[in-house]
Amino acid sequence: MRTVFSAGLVGLLFSLGLGLAGMTRPEKVIGFLDVFGEWDPSLAFVMIGAIGVHLGLYRLVRQRTSPVFSSQWFVPNKTKITRSLVFGAILFGMGWGLAGYCPGPAITSLASFQQQPLIFVISMIVGMTIFKIVDRKFKFNR
Amino acid sequence: MKTEWMNALYGGVLIGLSASLMLLWNGRVTGISGILYGLISSEKEIKNWRLAFLLGLVMGGFILGYTMPQAFQGGLELGNGTVIIAGLLVGFGTVLGSGCTSGHGVCGISRLSLRSFVATCLFVGVGIFSVYVFKNLGILP
Repeated sequence: MRTVFSAGLVGLLFSLGLGLAGMTRPEKVIGFLDVFGEWDPSLAFVMIGAIGVHLGLYRLVRQRTSPVFSSQWFVPNKTKITRSLVFGAILFGMGWGLAGYCPGPAITSLASFQQQPLIFVISMIVGMTIFKIVDRKFKFNR
Repeated sequence: MKTEWMNALYGGVLIGLSASLMLLWNGRVTGISGILYGLISSEKEIKNWRLAFLLGLVMGGFILGYTMPQAFQGGLELGNGTVIIAGLLVGFGTVLGSGCTSGHGVCGISRLSLRSFVATCLFVGVGIFSVYVFKNLGILP
């Protein structure tokens, strides 16, 4: 129960951060990626703020033997640069540059009742489902 | 201009704090694509926290809509087909590549993961290249 409630609270705080930062405005995201055009570098400060805080707090939190509401950590420990990682990141970059939405801001924007984020999120879920089906056959080494 | 940079920084700080709370409370990475895919993939586990997180995102969206509606301005004029292709690419790509802007770009880089560093450089680099190409092709306004 505490796990569920705390995850909900984190989701809420996270989306407020996305909205304040401007990540929920596709035009702004495209402006950030438009380095060869009218570049708007402001979204770089989102990364600086987020990594600046989490870089320090990550270390502090990991000094504990376990999380507060769980007996174990679920942090990935893979190190290999796989072909899946490379191709996946490339496909994601193409999609991100095409509509200006990455997963978090798109889901947050569902609350705006606009048509575009809804179509995007449904397509994203379809894309993930296609992966699941393809993965059953090919067993990607992610 | 300055206000926009400060808002981006404050928003980023809030994102970093959220990711830190998720780690402190539940020991998990705040990767949106991974949390969503966990709901879709068939692995047996209790999925309620994933659903709660995603509902939290949408609830935060409602709060944004009331307190700062400009957060949802700046939509692009795109055809539905373009939006669908973008969604498919992001959905398939983030799962194949084990993460998105949050999981790799924020959590992974903060953890000094080489995999996340490589993935972030790639999706930002390809994003920049794609915007250049799509603008020249007239797909993006």
